[in-house]
Amino acid sequence: MSTDKTLSAGTVYTETVVYSPPETFAADAPYQLAIVALDSGGRVTARIDAHSPEDRVKIGDRAEFIEFRKGIPFYRKAQ
Amino acid sequence: MSKTWKRVYPNTSMRRVAVVGAGKTRFGALADRDLRSLAVEAAAKCLENGHIPPSRVEAFYLGNFAGPSFVGQNHLAPYVASACGIAGVPATRFEAACASSGSAFFHAFLGVAAGVYDVALAVGVEKMTSQTTARVAEILASAGDLGGEIKAGATFPALFAMIARRHMHEYGTTREHLAAVAVKNHANGVRNPDAHMRKAITIEQALAAKPIAEPLTLYDCSLISDGAAAVLLAPLERASEFTSAPVEIKGVAQTSDYVALEEKEDITTFRSVRMAAEKAYRMAGVSPSDIEFAELHDCFTIAEIMALEDLGFVKKGEGGPFSAAGCTALDGRLPVNASGGLKSKGHPVGATGTAQICDLVAQIRGEAGERQLKRHSLGLAQNLGGSGATSVVTILSAA
Repeated sequence: MSTDKTLSAGTVYTETVVYSPPETFAADAPYQLAIVALDSGGRVTARIDAHSPEDRVKIGDRAEFIEFRKGIPFYRKAQ
Repeated sequence: MSKTWKRVYPNTSMRRVAVVGAGKTRFGALADRDLRSLAVEAAAKCLENGHIPPSRVEAFYLGNFAGPSFVGQNHLAPYVASACGIAGVPATRFEAACASSGSAFFHAFLGVAAGVYDVALAVGVEKMTSQTTARVAEILASAGDLGGEIKAGATFPALFAMIARRHMHEYGTTREHLAAVAVKNHANGVRNPDAHMRKAITIEQALAAKPIAEPLTLYDCSLISDGAAAVLLAPLERASEFTSAPVEIKGVAQTSDYVALEEKEDITTFRSVRMAAEKAYRMAGVSPSDIEFAELHDCFTIAEIMALEDLGFVKKGEGGPFSAAGCTALDGRLPVNASGGLKSKGHPVGATGTAQICDLVAQIRGEAGERQLKRHSLGLAQNLGGSGATSVVTILSAA
């Protein structure tokens, strides 16, 4: 994702739950990644902030931007 | 031939080109072998197969994805060429992720077709298993978009998992369809003495395997392997000087696309594959229904299903059912990955493109042993780099 993209709410285009992470994210696994189609146009690959499987998103779900954490955009399932 | 070429490459004086030699190493976790010795073995076998000494090679094309990261060595093309006894000629490394040696082969073809060289050697090699699996995953991930998807925590299995999810959503592709690809390729690999993992698996085993990135399990992913494969090219009209069994390159094309998955409009198809296929078919003057067998880039099971669709063998969305119905088995309508594919034969990434060419050549010459197909005169190879940012499609036939 280019840093000049404006992150808005969006719709989940696709997602996966990563069980076999790169070394850097070993402590986070399993974690969910999603490509979110932004309402403002374009798509972004983001982490989903999910504390339990119920917080995870499916294709077509609405997702909202929370914040950047260490440069990574975090989204959560819209309430 | 020149008429069909003109619609792809404008120079109608391009010469017809043949593969006149092929050679490769066993694939596997080869602890006692280094990168250079693997490349030298494949090249030596290839030159022996083409009945020429190394001194006859006029240009050297090396396909290698990440030697500098995997083994620390740079300036790899002359490093390998000189060890093969080839010096004084242009020696260049081609890096296009998992399509590195497909790209090396394509450029070797161009050099001979254009009349610049009469004898060109394309070698693909990768030495991966000296690194931990986590480090290998990190190096492979550098073929993705480091500032975006990879930074966010994606691995290559994760990228193809997101592709699979979307394909399932849009076309009803199932876990069972994916598993059918793995089961078939493992069954084929049992018949290949040079394959990395000669082990048959069942649908149940594939479905119950540990998750890597949902919906992909361990058996949806190809192997981390060491190996090398080499191909010798010469003008078709001179092929008999090298071999009694030349194989003609009827069509070949390389294309590119965005690296980041999020930049692609539709991730259930690889536009680069469709474009390369269209060019290769046009150049060869054949259609998908003419192709008798194929080696497809099954880095993940979903990739073989998408390749079936993108190459025009089936309609969009029918790749899964086509695979599950056995149509791609050795005795099926279109045998795919008789070699075992990347899944079972192994995937030393920089060697995969030239290895696919070697596999087609073995089939066309009738030298494929226990996995020899009944119809084997016109074959297609599809080599994919990253999540579709590079594609090479090649069509070979008996000369």
